[in-house]
Amino acid sequence: MQPDHTALLTRLLRERILVMDGAMGTMIQQCHLSEADFRGRFHDHTHDLKGDNDLLVLTRPEVVARIHDEYLAAGADIVETNTFSATCIAQADYGMQTQVHEMNVAAARIARECCDVWTAQTPEKPRFVAGAVGPTNRTASISPDVNDPGARNVDYDELVAAYGDAVAGLAEGGADLIVVETIFDTLNAKAALFAILSFFESVGQRLPVVVSGTITDASGRTLSGQTPEAFWNSVRHVRPLAVGLNCALGAALMRPYIEEIARVADTFVSCYPNAGLPNPMAETGYDETPAETARQLSDFARSGFVNIVGGCCGTTPAHIAAIAEAVRALPPRALPLAEAAELADRPAR
Amino acid sequence: MSRALRLAGLEPLTISDDSLFVNVGERTNVTGSRAFARLVLGGDFAGAVEVARQQVASGAQIIDVNMDEAMLDSKAAMARFLKLIASEPEIARVPVMIDSSKWEVIEAGLKCVQGKPIVNSISLKEGEDAFLHQARLVRRYGAAVIVMAFDEQGQADSFERKTAICRRCYDFLVDRVGFPPEDIIFDPNVFAIATGIDEHNNYAVDFIKTTRWIREHLPHAKVSGGISNVSFSFRGNDPVREAIHTVFLYHAIRAGLTMGIVNAGQLGVYDELDPELRERVEDVVRNRRPDATERLVSFAETVKAKGKSVVEDLAWRAQPVEARLTHALVKGITTHIIEDTEETRQKLARPIQVIEGPLMDGMNVVGDLFGAGKMFLPQVVKSARVMKLAVAHLIPFIEEEKARSGDAGKPKGTIVVATVKGDVHDIGKNIVGVVLQCNNFAVVDLGVMAPAAKILEAAREHDADMVGLSGLITPSLEEMAHVAREMQRLGMKQPLLIGGATTSRVHTAVKIAPHYDGVTVYVPDASRAVGVASNLLSDELKDAYVAEVAADYEKIRIQHAGKKGPKLVSLAAARANAFITDWNAYSPPEPRAPGRREFRNADFAEIARYVDWGPFFQAWELSGPFPAILDDPLVGDAARNVYADGQAMLRRIIDGRWLTASGVLALWPANSVGDDIEVYTDETRAEVALTWHNLRQQNERPSGRANYCLADFVAPKETGRADYLGGFAVTAGLGIDARLAQFVAEKDDYGAIMLKALADRLAEAFAEWLHAKLRRELWGYAADGSDAALDLPALVREEYRGIRPAPGYPACPDHAVKAPLFTLLRAEEVGMTLTESFAMLPTAAVSGFYFSHPDSRYFAVGRIGDDQLADFARRAGVPIEAARRRLAPNLG
Repeated sequence: MQPDHTALLTRLLRERILVMDGAMGTMIQQCHLSEADFRGRFHDHTHDLKGDNDLLVLTRPEVVARIHDEYLAAGADIVETNTFSATCIAQADYGMQTQVHEMNVAAARIARECCDVWTAQTPEKPRFVAGAVGPTNRTASISPDVNDPGARNVDYDELVAAYGDAVAGLAEGGADLIVVETIFDTLNAKAALFAILSFFESVGQRLPVVVSGTITDASGRTLSGQTPEAFWNSVRHVRPLAVGLNCALGAALMRPYIEEIARVADTFVSCYPNAGLPNPMAETGYDETPAETARQLSDFARSGFVNIVGGCCGTTPAHIAAIAEAVRALPPRALPLAEAAELADRPAR
Repeated sequence: MSRALRLAGLEPLTISDDSLFVNVGERTNVTGSRAFARLVLGGDFAGAVEVARQQVASGAQIIDVNMDEAMLDSKAAMARFLKLIASEPEIARVPVMIDSSKWEVIEAGLKCVQGKPIVNSISLKEGEDAFLHQARLVRRYGAAVIVMAFDEQGQADSFERKTAICRRCYDFLVDRVGFPPEDIIFDPNVFAIATGIDEHNNYAVDFIKTTRWIREHLPHAKVSGGISNVSFSFRGNDPVREAIHTVFLYHAIRAGLTMGIVNAGQLGVYDELDPELRERVEDVVRNRRPDATERLVSFAETVKAKGKSVVEDLAWRAQPVEARLTHALVKGITTHIIEDTEETRQKLARPIQVIEGPLMDGMNVVGDLFGAGKMFLPQVVKSARVMKLAVAHLIPFIEEEKARSGDAGKPKGTIVVATVKGDVHDIGKNIVGVVLQCNNFAVVDLGVMAPAAKILEAAREHDADMVGLSGLITPSLEEMAHVAREMQRLGMKQPLLIGGATTSRVHTAVKIAPHYDGVTVYVPDASRAVGVASNLLSDELKDAYVAEVAADYEKIRIQHAGKKGPKLVSLAAARANAFITDWNAYSPPEPRAPGRREFRNADFAEIARYVDWGPFFQAWELSGPFPAILDDPLVGDAARNVYADGQAMLRRIIDGRWLTASGVLALWPANSVGDDIEVYTDETRAEVALTWHNLRQQNERPSGRANYCLADFVAPKETGRADYLGGFAVTAGLGIDARLAQFVAEKDDYGAIMLKALADRLAEAFAEWLHAKLRRELWGYAADGSDAALDLPALVREEYRGIRPAPGYPACPDHAVKAPLFTLLRAEEVGMTLTESFAMLPTAAVSGFYFSHPDSRYFAVGRIGDDQLADFARRAGVPIEAARRRLAPNLG
């Protein structure tokens, strides 16, 4: 397990805006891999496996490593592991629940090796592995049954168990941070945070945590109905290194919500939007240009909203290079004054 | 960023050290509310959810949920109930307080809540280890916590014990668990006073003293309490209980009580308590004299007999069911309407008789009170909601009976109502619909933008007795005449009712009625609709009424034809008397920020400060200037109520992000050319982007007064002066449809009308805000601070420099310029579009032009002559007949 880099990351985040990588899924799609590529050693598996992107860390690790490398070459400080759906809940669709631990360990190791190579070349710009924890494909606070608003297709304890496995694997493989991302149901995220805190307690050590929600439409709320500030209030007990938004909408429409997060959060703020709104005609499914995404994010930076920027669905190494260039000279958002002391004076027990 | 207790449901709730008292709803508690316990034990979770909804609706900022009942699987009930309310946005917007004496029940609850709840409670009752373990888990689940002043020895009942336990818990939590102190809330135990046992006499004093001590000695910690306990010994005497709660809270809040679990219905206003009662309650609460309890007990007997609101409430419930229905209708109370309707249905032979009998009797009382000016529109609309709920309950029974017998009761009559094609304004039409329904008319509402064919088709299909047309913008007047001609062509006979803001008796008589041989009647407001409709359907009254209207309208037509109106001068003479300013001596201000600018998701909290409430009351047909209207002897009560409801909904609109406000403005190079204003694509002024054809006042003006035209306020091209014009379009109504659909589904016309009225106000406020920003920053000609010093009344009085006339209003009556304006502004990009008659969508919208000239002013173009009509048609490049339709309202 990596040491707790909170102090180092805090110092860096006070100095400059850090850059995260871009999309993994849409990059993999463009490799046009076949069912056989996905299957690898699981050639006799009962389910179709094409589309199980997370499985590639076991069956085509060099594809994943190459994408990490491209993002690191583009200037990313932080790359996310290819583990968005690597929980036993999400992998159930592919019958791959038993491989979840191995997937998380392998995914973190691949990213670790890529980052270590780049850090060795440029020690003044250390690179970090963020263990990605996705939302799963189930919701703990929304009913799947129109006739019974009290029904649920997953409960908190199942989520805690699933996330606990994933996080342990990511830490074992060498993740520097844990990113709980694309949160559309805060109760799922709270279960992930519960699992993370329990894991930290069990190993006697913390890792920095980033919490990133998703505002699904112009209502300005998460899918489960919370406003950005309510979302922040609901997750701040994990004392994250950063809180922010990613995925849906694209930067232009995300502006008021990231502004709200920046206003209320007494910690660093992250933002990695999609490359605009979906366009089924575009090759990646999104058609915002690198220059446009970079312009939006540099506007957020100039407005003092962000400390970490990057890309989500539809962004490419070209987007990340443009974003890194656009924010290079811009100052990071300053932490609101009072809470700097607050972060420091809370014992981490 | 201050240290504050930051809770969340779907929406945030921040409680800082200096926040006002937070009230926690106590009714969703099986130990405290027998009614709630009955629902939960009976498995009626829908009913239980309703209790939660009512609490939030009546102002609870947090709801306390407790399922501690021996006969219940408390864990399962807690989880089930929390999951159910999670699906109700109206409830889930507030945070939850998970209340149980059993840790496993609390934990089950914590697993179901996505927001940041409060755990109520943990304590040292089972020792340090259990306390620390539970505290760490509370933290890991992401909740705040209430700590009871309870330790291994039991519940603390003295100041010394309470403070010692709170200190010990605080140190444990902050130093050993790392619990943020702002997330700690102490409950120093509210015990019953005036029990007759001397040891209890100082309980309230001890609680209040402990509260003060906690706030002074335990930084950032909060204090809560279950308030109803304090008056436990006066069970059954609600007036006295209410007084005790009021006095106790008064002192506890002053001592620093942060929140309390209360029944909001059992709180009074300290200053309004009966002075003698208050004095005796003060004696008890503050333990001021040894005989305080005896004195209060003896006084309580007299209070009980007199009773108060709560006792009155029970009184109306004790009346016969018919009287209860009337009471519910008059007061707009929906709580018991279904059970009362059902009780009546079982008494009577046929379900329809419930409507024809008791419900109509009740609505007649409402109608009489309304007619007599003793009830006002907002109250009537609430009555309508009660009526609709009752009728909705009966309909299945009526249908069933109809299926059996093939017959049912018939309403008084059927009326088809619609907002005409091209128009989208329907607040007034909806009010008329509601009022007619209250009076047992069947109303077929075709909504807005209804083409003539659809209206007439519906009239035939429903065998309507009448057709009602509504509209707000002036092109709708022409469309109404068209509907009248179509009715004539199709040989229809039904009366045609005309209403809406731009309509008038004269217009109806002169412009609409002559096209239709059937009777056409102008209905000035909703309160007259019932009278008009009833007359037209009455066998005895109809002929006389129709004759009377016909004679009246004929007289108007004769007067109108005979009336020369204001004398017109020729267009040439009017132009010769144009407003003149010395363009050589005046430099038009150059915009600081030329070009186009979007304002998306504007901040409602900021905009709301610019709301002019005056027109809000007009929307509800309450007349009088604001704020004096609130104290008006006649309509003051109704005005205050609708104002309070409006304020409350405004809060929800803002906090709940019900609506989105977006807009766009642009500043362009412009010059006038005759009566036209040319807007140029850029500073070279070579290419014209928009030509706005303005109209000039043509009536004879008193000497020294100009014949104004808006073009007079922009520098003529030939002066060579570089002048500018602004354009804007704003809306506050994005997203309104979903909310309206919800109100309609809930049969809540009151809410729907309220929301529309507020959205209109917000759009106007947005325009006001944007105009101020334009003057002070973007155009910047009023950046010296004097403009910024104007308060809202001054803004409403337009005491600033420059104007923002809107197409379709008196200074520029031609709506059609909105089309090129919207194109040039690219208004569609902020979600705004136009109908074929140039009505704006969303409806809550304002658009217009900005003028900067210090002498620019509003005026009414008024009537114009045929020479100007011909000139306008030539300038606009349209056939004269098309111009005539566009300018019909100005052509006499």
